[in-house]
Amino acid sequence: MIDGFLALYIFMLAAFCGYEIIARVPVILHTPLMSGSNFIHGIVLVGAMIALGHAQTPFEMAIGFLGVLLGAGNAAGGYVVTERMLEMFKSSKPTIGKESK
Amino acid sequence: MSWLSTVIKACYFIAALLFILGLKRMSSPRTARGGIVWAGYGMLLAVLATFFLPDMHNRELIIAAVLVGVSAAWWSGKRVAMTAMPQMVALYNGMGGGAAAAIGAVELIGHVRHEELLHAGVATLAPLTPVELALGVLGALIGAVSFSGSLIAFAKLQGWLDKRFVFPAQRAVNLLLLAAAAVLGIALASGYASVPLIALFFALALLFGLMMTLPIGGADMPVVISLYNAFTGLAVALEGFVLGNEAMIIAGTVVGAAGTLLTQLMAKAMNRSIGNVLFGSFGAAAGAAQAIDGAQKPIDASDAAVMMAYAERVVIVPGYGMAVAQAQHKVWEFAQLLIKRGVKVKFAIHPVAGRMPGHMNVLLAEAGVPYDLIADMDEINPEFAATDVALVIGANDVVNPLAKTDPASPIYGMPILDVSNAKHVIVVKRGKGTGFAGIENALFYAENARMLYGDGQAAAGQLVNELKTLDD
Repeated sequence: MIDGFLALYIFMLAAFCGYEIIARVPVILHTPLMSGSNFIHGIVLVGAMIALGHAQTPFEMAIGFLGVLLGAGNAAGGYVVTERMLEMFKSSKPTIGKESK
Repeated sequence: MSWLSTVIKACYFIAALLFILGLKRMSSPRTARGGIVWAGYGMLLAVLATFFLPDMHNRELIIAAVLVGVSAAWWSGKRVAMTAMPQMVALYNGMGGGAAAAIGAVELIGHVRHEELLHAGVATLAPLTPVELALGVLGALIGAVSFSGSLIAFAKLQGWLDKRFVFPAQRAVNLLLLAAAAVLGIALASGYASVPLIALFFALALLFGLMMTLPIGGADMPVVISLYNAFTGLAVALEGFVLGNEAMIIAGTVVGAAGTLLTQLMAKAMNRSIGNVLFGSFGAAAGAAQAIDGAQKPIDASDAAVMMAYAERVVIVPGYGMAVAQAQHKVWEFAQLLIKRGVKVKFAIHPVAGRMPGHMNVLLAEAGVPYDLIADMDEINPEFAATDVALVIGANDVVNPLAKTDPASPIYGMPILDVSNAKHVIVVKRGKGTGFAGIENALFYAENARMLYGDGQAAAGQLVNELKTLDD
């Protein structure tokens, strides 16, 4: 376990960090960023794995299993969706002026 | 600390670093694509490291659950159409909230078991400290609300739940539910934990998330999804404290803070406070709204095409309806034909066009529309007076003048695109009904507005054909 005040410091600094990163973002990136941050809290998968890894009764194991399932969905789905969205930002640049369909 | 624990801790550190750097890169269009890949490596590293933690049991179960969860989400995420992205984000976000709640549940149930064993004099792991218990309960509450709320948001955007669910004294009932869940949570955290109580606590939390989201209209969903995204981040951070996992604390807190700011930015773009979105009864005031005089005046595709072909400036205002009809490619084709004829064409995008801020930009980018033709609201609004034709396609609430003139309208005060200042307005619309938010639109009855009825894709196709016959 982490020392209480140390944890509080981590919490404070991380919160500032998140706030600052988003503060100057153009509107066009809001949707991909929401999706990207959705992926990042997919780290919950790690916690669910730990919870399932420490579960001992079948009941705890069932809930832990569900947790890992959901966490894995969050991480994988969040990644795929964000990646697909951002891919378009790449492809849109060279098409300027030469798109002639 | 053994060398293995050190390596694992180092992996978590690198993962947290990659998350922050990845998010930073994602906040600029040039580096955005690399950003998600960096964060992806961080996730991979953290998950792999977790497999090697000492005294982990049920490894087969863990692997099975990870494989099933990853492949299901990967498959669905690859297949989904770009227009459906917002509800997929809601769905995956709900899963994260559910996972955080599940962690809280396992920890609480384990805590009860350890305490019982200690009472019976059996040596076992130490139960949670009061602080850990309180944070775990709070994280579970937030996670559960985010879970059921996100699923409702998903169902609403997916069109499975299109009725707004309103009943008298709803706010009081919701408040009571939250209070009951909070009281139970406090009881759990202060030493009265038992399995039935834990179950009741989760049932109440899930029910609250459900009830809180049901009355919110579809148009407000982006703000709600963004809020639940921040919720899930916070829940993950709190459960991270309980598990003593620094990567979870940092990633969860960063997302919690970033998500809160993002929610504020979105609410501001719609000129609504977050409290208003959550607790205001959106759409309930519709009965008191001003009656609109006049009739909608139709126009056919050939007249519309001619009007724009000989115009000097045309501004195209796309809305979600265009994207649903998959018309963005046809619309871009039409715009290119106009540009070839020497017409100055611009696309005007309202901050909340589509389902989320920036969603429309993504959809237009998908169709190949270059950035320099896309203008945002503040940039384009002064230009409407010098615009010959504003072509509104699939947009409704974001061009509704009632937002300026009718204080009784639910969207009163929302900044809009001033298309009615253009000399002519052509509205492509499927039928005469009201839009997504269920609000009558005064623009459709305006003197200079003409309605081109039809599905967005079909109407854009007709316009393209009419333009081509003009050229022949």
